[in-house]
Amino acid sequence: MAKTLVFLEHHDGAIQKGALGVLSKAAQIGGEVAGVVIGSGVGSVAEQAGKYGAATVHVADDERLAAPLPQPRVDVIAKLVRDEGYDNVLFAQSVLASDVAAGLAARLDAGLNWGLVDFDGEKGKAPQLQDTVIVEVGWASPVRLGIFRAGALDATETGGAVEVKDAAVELEDFSTQAEMLEQAHAEQQGPSIEDADVIVAGGRGLGEPEKFALAEELAKALGGAVAATRAVVDAGWYPYSAQVGQTGKTVSPKLYIALGISGAIQHKVGMQGSNVIVAINKDPNAPIFEFSDLGVVGDLHEIVPKLSELVRARRG
Amino acid sequence: MKIAVCVKAVPDAAAGRRLDPATKRLDRSVELAISDFDTYAVEEALKLKDAAGDGEVVVVSMGPERAMDALRKALAMGADRAVLISDSSLEGADLLGTATALAGALEKEGADLVLFGQQSADGGGAVLWAAVAERLRRPVISQVSELTAEGGSVTGKRQTEFGYDSIRAPLPAVVAVSDAINTPRYPSLKGIMGAKKKPQDTLSAGDVGGAADSGTTVIELSPPPPRGEARKIEDDGTAAEKIVEFLAEKRLV
Ligand SMILES: Cc1cc2nc3c(=O)[nH]c(=O)nc-3n(C[C@H](O)[C@H](O)[C@H](O)COP(=O)(O)OP(=O)(O)OC[C@H]3O[C@@H](n4cnc5c(N)ncnc54)[C@H](O)[C@@H]3O)c2cc1C
Ligand SMILES: Nc1ncnc2c1ncn2[C@@H]1O[C@H](COP(=O)(O)O)[C@@H](O)[C@H]1O
Repeated sequence: MAKTLVFLEHHDGAIQKGALGVLSKAAQIGGEVAGVVIGSGVGSVAEQAGKYGAATVHVADDERLAAPLPQPRVDVIAKLVRDEGYDNVLFAQSVLASDVAAGLAARLDAGLNWGLVDFDGEKGKAPQLQDTVIVEVGWASPVRLGIFRAGALDATETGGAVEVKDAAVELEDFSTQAEMLEQAHAEQQGPSIEDADVIVAGGRGLGEPEKFALAEELAKALGGAVAATRAVVDAGWYPYSAQVGQTGKTVSPKLYIALGISGAIQHKVGMQGSNVIVAINKDPNAPIFEFSDLGVVGDLHEIVPKLSELVRARRG
Repeated sequence: MKIAVCVKAVPDAAAGRRLDPATKRLDRSVELAISDFDTYAVEEALKLKDAAGDGEVVVVSMGPERAMDALRKALAMGADRAVLISDSSLEGADLLGTATALAGALEKEGADLVLFGQQSADGGGAVLWAAVAERLRRPVISQVSELTAEGGSVTGKRQTEFGYDSIRAPLPAVVAVSDAINTPRYPSLKGIMGAKKKPQDTLSAGDVGGAADSGTTVIELSPPPPRGEARKIEDDGTAAEKIVEFLAEKRLV
């Protein structure tokens, strides 16, 4: 029977929803299902995994594992895979998980498929090239590594008790060289976009931070909120609390208007649940047009001021 | 400081990116261009070199021989040298194959810092650097949107799902940069003219210590589910009106 190990990423004492989704998937496939929790002072985190189908949770608890850095985690998981003979090691996509999975692939000479939306124990499904093609993927290596796309799976409680086991922590020299100097939690102040019925999102196509005024004006006319891409948030144009995507918020408004946004997959995973998507982009090849209900090829600087005015006139 | 930048030549967006149903691989017969995401890494390398006052920036890539034409853009931007690993045994290489070949070339280069872009514009795994760092046994920092180098180490600020991290690593190190880190320069005419004369070496798999087997396979390709009635229009001056009409039709305004 196949043995599957799931990387249980956790934050503030709770296992991430995405990881629990992957755990549920593993439980559904069957075989022996285990999780691994890595950190410092994380003993209590392990218990949460039982409800989602893990029979065993390996806990690597060590001060040197306190910071969420990938390389020491590769050391821990590689040893577990070798000692316990896991066939599958599965991850929910995140900044940390991707780096752990890729490091592990190189360490174990194991194939890694990413962007998975499904997996049956031997084969997986991964949309590629901006979701223009669905690829059925397999593995040529004895150990299969997979990263599931953010939000691809739901966590379902199946109940069950979990056996917690201590995992050995033996770290390579190079794995401990990177050092976390500071971890700033996301600021919670700033606009709330999750409950908005209408979202007007701005990307780098706005051209400069001041041009967010265009998005704000349109949002105001429509009674909606303003969101942003990582590219502009990271560049300091707009607050992190307004960011949509893999490392930001997941939103599903009735209307999502994307201004000057290319539509990278990491942005898409945060807004594809929107009812109606309208995109304005001057590049006819922009990936955003692959998933817009109305795509407008044009210059947002020309179109948006007029659009705001028309909307205002219409709504009185 | 010697900096190596890993860049990928990808099918130009305008030429279209598709998987070839026969080989089940990306169709690379169309025009290739350096992945936009990688120009940020080239720019960052040039800035670091300028700040240090001396050093070398070498771009390293794996791809078909024609990829060298695309690498010339990095030379035109100001990189000093290009190294392309090209070998029929590497065709269709996945993460393992690519990481092994690149690590072999990087080992020979012995750069203080290896930079990556945030993701390749075609494959988009955003994973390669971690595998290369593992092969090189060096520390890695990913998704960096602010990078400083000082006193034999680099410090990167980066965004995760939970906020911002600041991470420091001693050199030699591997760093992947995000597309928010800088604004890549456009090559100057002089840069473009000079690029052709800069050293451009093509290496075989043997030159970099051999190829590695792929760990993944592609079994089958299928089209995505149909999308319903999506519309695409070109602005002829009336786009704003058309958007309002559309919104009215959907009862959204
Ligand atoms: C691990 C990881 C996590 C990530 N997480 C996120 C995330 O949470 N959220 C997120 O958004 N991204 C995320 N990204 C980044 C993502 O991959 C893209 O880089 C980012 O979304 C691009 O932002 P953008 O569309 O604003 O910029 P660009 O990709 O630069 O696109 C700008 C667009 O504007 C268009 N444009 C320019 N001028 C005009 C004009 N005058 N009129 C109309 N259009 C114009 C251009 O044609 C272009 O398509 C992540 C990436 C990684 C690797
Ligand atoms: N064939 C390649 N040759 C050189 N560098 C590459 C290659 N493929 C990917 N890269 C680098 O790795 C980064 C991440 O790629 P990926 O993991 O494929 O998304 C890119 O931004 C490039 O810096």
